[in-house]
Amino acid sequence: MIPLCPMKLKSSLENYVFILPAALIFVIFYLIPFTWVFHLGLYEWDGISPTRVFVGLANFKEILFEDRIWWASMRNAGYITFIALTLQNALAFMLALACDRQIRLKNFYRVLFFIPPVLSEVVVGLVWQWILDGNYGLLNSWLTSAGFGSLARSWLSDPATALTTVAIVHCWKGFGWGFLLFLAGLQMIPRELYEAARADGANGWSCFKHITLPLMMPVAVLVAVLTILGTMTGFIMIHAMTNGGPAYHTQVPVLRILASMMPPFSRFGYACSQGISVGFVLVALSFIQYRFFLLRRDSAQEDT
Amino acid sequence: MRTRWFYKIQRIGIDTLIHLFLIAVSASCILPLGWMVSSSLKTQETVFADMSFLPRELHFANYILAWQEGGFGRYFLNSIVYTVSAVIGIVVVASLAAYAFSRLRFPGRKILFVMFVAAMMIPLPGSFVALYVLLNKLHLRNTALGYILCMISVGLSMSIFLLKTFFDKLPRELEDAARIDGASKLGIWWHVAMPLARPVLAVVVVFNALNVWNEYVLALIIFDSKALMPLQRALMVFRGEYLTNYPLLMAGLTITALPIILLYLLMQKYIVKGVTAQATFG
Amino acid sequence: MRNTCLRRMAVPFALVCLCLAGCSPQPSVPSKTRTRVIVWHWMTDRQAAFDELSKRYEQATGIKVVFELFAPSEAYSSKVRAAAQGVNLPDVFGILGEKRDLASFVKAGHILPLNHYMNENNGAWKGSFLSKAVAMNEFSDGDAYGVEPGIYGVPIDMMTIRMVYNKDLLKELGGDPEQPPQSFEEFLSIGNKIKEAGMQGLVSGWGEVWLVNCLAYNLAFNIMGQDKVLATIRGEVPYTDEDWIKVFSLFKEMQDSGVLADGIVTMINKNAEQLFANGKAVFAFNGSWCVNVYKGMNPGLNYGVMLPPQVSDKYPVSIWGGAGSSFMVNARSKNKEAAVAFLKWLTTKEQQAYLSAATMSLPANKDCLTGIPDVLARFARDLELATHSYTWGISEYPQVIEAMGKGIQSIIIREMTPGQVASEVQKAKERQTARHAQ
Repeated sequence: MIPLCPMKLKSSLENYVFILPAALIFVIFYLIPFTWVFHLGLYEWDGISPTRVFVGLANFKEILFEDRIWWASMRNAGYITFIALTLQNALAFMLALACDRQIRLKNFYRVLFFIPPVLSEVVVGLVWQWILDGNYGLLNSWLTSAGFGSLARSWLSDPATALTTVAIVHCWKGFGWGFLLFLAGLQMIPRELYEAARADGANGWSCFKHITLPLMMPVAVLVAVLTILGTMTGFIMIHAMTNGGPAYHTQVPVLRILASMMPPFSRFGYACSQGISVGFVLVALSFIQYRFFLLRRDSAQEDT
Repeated sequence: MRTRWFYKIQRIGIDTLIHLFLIAVSASCILPLGWMVSSSLKTQETVFADMSFLPRELHFANYILAWQEGGFGRYFLNSIVYTVSAVIGIVVVASLAAYAFSRLRFPGRKILFVMFVAAMMIPLPGSFVALYVLLNKLHLRNTALGYILCMISVGLSMSIFLLKTFFDKLPRELEDAARIDGASKLGIWWHVAMPLARPVLAVVVVFNALNVWNEYVLALIIFDSKALMPLQRALMVFRGEYLTNYPLLMAGLTITALPIILLYLLMQKYIVKGVTAQATFG
Repeated sequence: MRNTCLRRMAVPFALVCLCLAGCSPQPSVPSKTRTRVIVWHWMTDRQAAFDELSKRYEQATGIKVVFELFAPSEAYSSKVRAAAQGVNLPDVFGILGEKRDLASFVKAGHILPLNHYMNENNGAWKGSFLSKAVAMNEFSDGDAYGVEPGIYGVPIDMMTIRMVYNKDLLKELGGDPEQPPQSFEEFLSIGNKIKEAGMQGLVSGWGEVWLVNCLAYNLAFNIMGQDKVLATIRGEVPYTDEDWIKVFSLFKEMQDSGVLADGIVTMINKNAEQLFANGKAVFAFNGSWCVNVYKGMNPGLNYGVMLPPQVSDKYPVSIWGGAGSSFMVNARSKNKEAAVAFLKWLTTKEQQAYLSAATMSLPANKDCLTGIPDVLARFARDLELATHSYTWGISEYPQVIEAMGKGIQSIIIREMTPGQVASEVQKAKERQTARHAQ
C-alpha cells in the first residue's frame, strides 16, 4: 500500500533510506544463502556429488516421525533453556541490580563478570573438565573435604548429572551478556524517576516494584529471547565437554545438525532441513514472547 | 538517633551480603582466567602434572615464542582491520535500521522487522557453501571486503533487535524538540538518538567485536591464503590434529583475549555514562 | 566537545578501514616462470616439517610447493567441500571422511586416478609403500562404491591403533612390566587390583564414537572372524547374533571388573592422552600418533605397547591400521604432473624417513621402518593383523555405527544391556536398509 499523498510519499521514501543498507546486505548475504539452504532441505545430497536426489518433504517427515535422537536432543535443549531462563537470567539480573547500586568496587566486579563470555571455549572446557573430573576433579576433592564425599562423582559422564552440569556451565559462560544488557537497561532509567518517588515517600521495595520492574520488562524479554537463542544454537561448550555423551544425554540439536552435515553421515540436505526445523521452533517461540510483550506494552501505554 | 544507627547498620549488613555474593561469582569468573595465565607460564611437561596456580618456574618466554611461532603479527593486524570495519559497519547500518523500525512510519515496516528477527533465529547449516559460491560469483572470495560484508550480515539481525528494543524505551521529547528546531531525520538520528542510546551501543560494539574477533570457520573457508587469515589461525598452530602445545596455546589465548578485555574496559564506561548523557541533553 | 569530534572521526576511519581491507595484499599471483604446487592439509602440527620438505624440494627441483594448513579438521572438511562446489580445489589436497566420501569426490571428477603413475616401471611406486597403506585409497572391482577401480590417493604416513600400558603402574599392581595381559581374562582380573589400588584403568577417547567402535570391531574380528563381520555389514547376519551380543557384553564385563577409567564415556582423546601421559592411568587404547603426544608431555613416561587382549583363539586378534593421511591430486589442476612428481619425491625413502622422524609418525614407505624409534616400531609390528574399514569394500551405514558406539556407551553407564543394544543396532540397520532400498 503506497500512500497517495505526495508529502507522505516523500517521507516514506526518505524513511526507506534508513532501511536500505541493512536490507541490501540482508538480501545478498542472508536471503540468498537462506533460499539455497531451504531448497536443499528437499534433497538427499552428500555435499559433494554433482547430483542431488529430490525427495520432497521426506527429510522433514523423517525428522518429525523417525528421528528419535533429534527429539531427545530437542528435549535436552529445552531443559538447558529452562535452566538458563531461570537460573542464568535471575543471576544476571541480581548482579546487575547489585552493580547498579552505589557500592564500592562495582567497576571491578563489572569487569570480572564479563570474563566468562570473553574466554575461549577451549580454556573454559579444559578448566571445567578439570574442576568436574571424577577422579582428580577439584569439586570432588572439595566435597570430600567438606564431608560430602558420598556426593562425589564423574559429574560429566554420570547420566544423572551430565545434562544439569552442562546446563550450569552454559549459564556460567553466558550470564555476562544478560548482566550487561540488564545493566545497560538499568542505567537508562532516568534517576529523576527514583528521586521523585523517594520524595513522595516510596521505600526501596516499592521503587523497585513500580519503577524498575515495569521499565525493565522490555529488556527482560529481550534477554529471554537472546537466552533461548543462545541455548538453542550454542554447542561449542558441550562439544568440548561431553561431545553429546554419555550416550545421548547431553546431545543438542546443533550438534546433531553438524553431525548430519559432516562425515561419516554426510547428509547435507537432511542437515539443512534440521536447521530449518530448529528455526521454526525458535521463530515461533520468540514470536509468542514478543507478541505477549508487545500486547502488554501497548496496553500499558494506553493506560498512561 | 537510634533509627539512623539502625539504618546505617542495616545498610552495612546488606552491602556486606551483596559483596559476599559478588565476590563468590567473581571468584568463579577469575578462576579460568587465572588457570589460563598460569598454564601459559608452564611447560608442556608441567602443565598438567603441576596443577598449582603459581608454577615454580615462570616461563615468560612462552609469550614471545607463541607470538613468533604463531606468526601473530600479520594475523593481529588482519583481525583488527576486520573487527573495526565490521563493527563500525554493523553499528551504522543496524542503528539506522533500528531507528527507522522504532520511530519512522513506512509501508512494510512490520514485516521487514519480523524478517530480520526471524533471520537471527534460523541457523543455516551449510550456508557457508552458499556464501562461498556467492562470493566466488561476486569476485569477493579470498578478499577482505567479502569477509567483512559477511561478518556485517552475521551481526546485523541481532544488533537491530537489540537497538530497536532500546530505542523504543527512549523518551521522544528530545527528538520532538529537535524536529521543531528544524533538524532532518538523519540529523536527529545522529545527534539525538545515537548519544542517548550510548549504553546499548556499547553493548552492541562489544558483542559484535567479540563475535568477529573470535570468528574462524568462515574465514578459513573463504580465504585460501594465510596472508588474509584472522588471529584465530595463529592459535591453530598450537592446536594440531594430534599435538596440542598447551602452554603456547594458553599464551596465545591470553594474547587473543587481551584486546577484547581492553575494549570492554573502554566501552563499559559508556554503559554508565548513558545517564550523564541524558542529563546533559535534558 | 570531544565526543562529537570522536564521532566525526568515526566515519572517515571506517572508510579508511574498508579501503585498507579492500586493498590489503591479495594472495600473490603465481609467477609465470615457475610452477607452484599448492597443497591443502589439516594437520597444523606438521607445519614445520612440511615447510622444511618444501624448502628441500625447491632446492632440488626449483619447483615451489606451498603447504596451506587449515585446522581444526571439521573446518578443513567444510573448506574442501565448499571449494569442491566452487571448483576451486588446490593442486593437492587431503580428504577427511569415510570411503564413501572419497568415492563421491572421485565420482564428481575432483580426483585424478593414479593407477598409471603407480604401476609404471613395473609398479615401482606402488611397490614402495606398505600394502595396507595403499589399499586405503584403492577401489576394486565389485566393491559397493561403484567407482572406476584404481588408486586415488598417495599415503604419506601410517597409523595403527593399539593398547599401551604404563609399565611402572603395572609393576605396582604386582604385574610383570614386560608381560602385559594377553587374554581378556587376565585383562579383566587386573580391574580388581586397579580398583583396590585406587588407580584408573583404561583411558581412551570413547566420548567420540569411532574409538569405541574401533575396539568393538577388534573384538568382533577376534570372536567371529572377518568374514562374519563383513557378512553382517552386507546384511546377511543380524546384529542380534549371539557373537555380536558377546562382543557388546565384553564392554559390560570390562565396566564391571573396574578396568575402565571413570568418565571414559565422555572422554575426549586428548584428555585421555593427558591422563595416560601423566601416569594417572594404567592402560590406554590409542593410535600410533600418541608416541609423539606422550613424548611432548612426559618424555620419561615408561610405557609399553600391547595388542588388544584376546577373547577367543578361533580367529586372530586384529588391530586398526592403514594410511594415517593421504594426498589426492586434483584432476582439474593445471599442475597435475608437477603435483604427482612432488608426491613421488615426498614418498621416497629419504623424505619419508625425515617426515617420520620429524613428526614421530610411522612412514608409509616400507623401506623406512628400520630406522624408527623403538616404541614407534612396536606400533608397526604385526602389520598383517591390521585391518581398516576402508579396505573392506563395503561401508556400514553411519547410523548403524552411531547406534553401536552410543549403545556401548549406554552399556558402560549401565542404562542398557548388551542384548538391548544388539537389537537397537539391528533396528537401525533394518531402517537404513529399508530407506536405501527405496
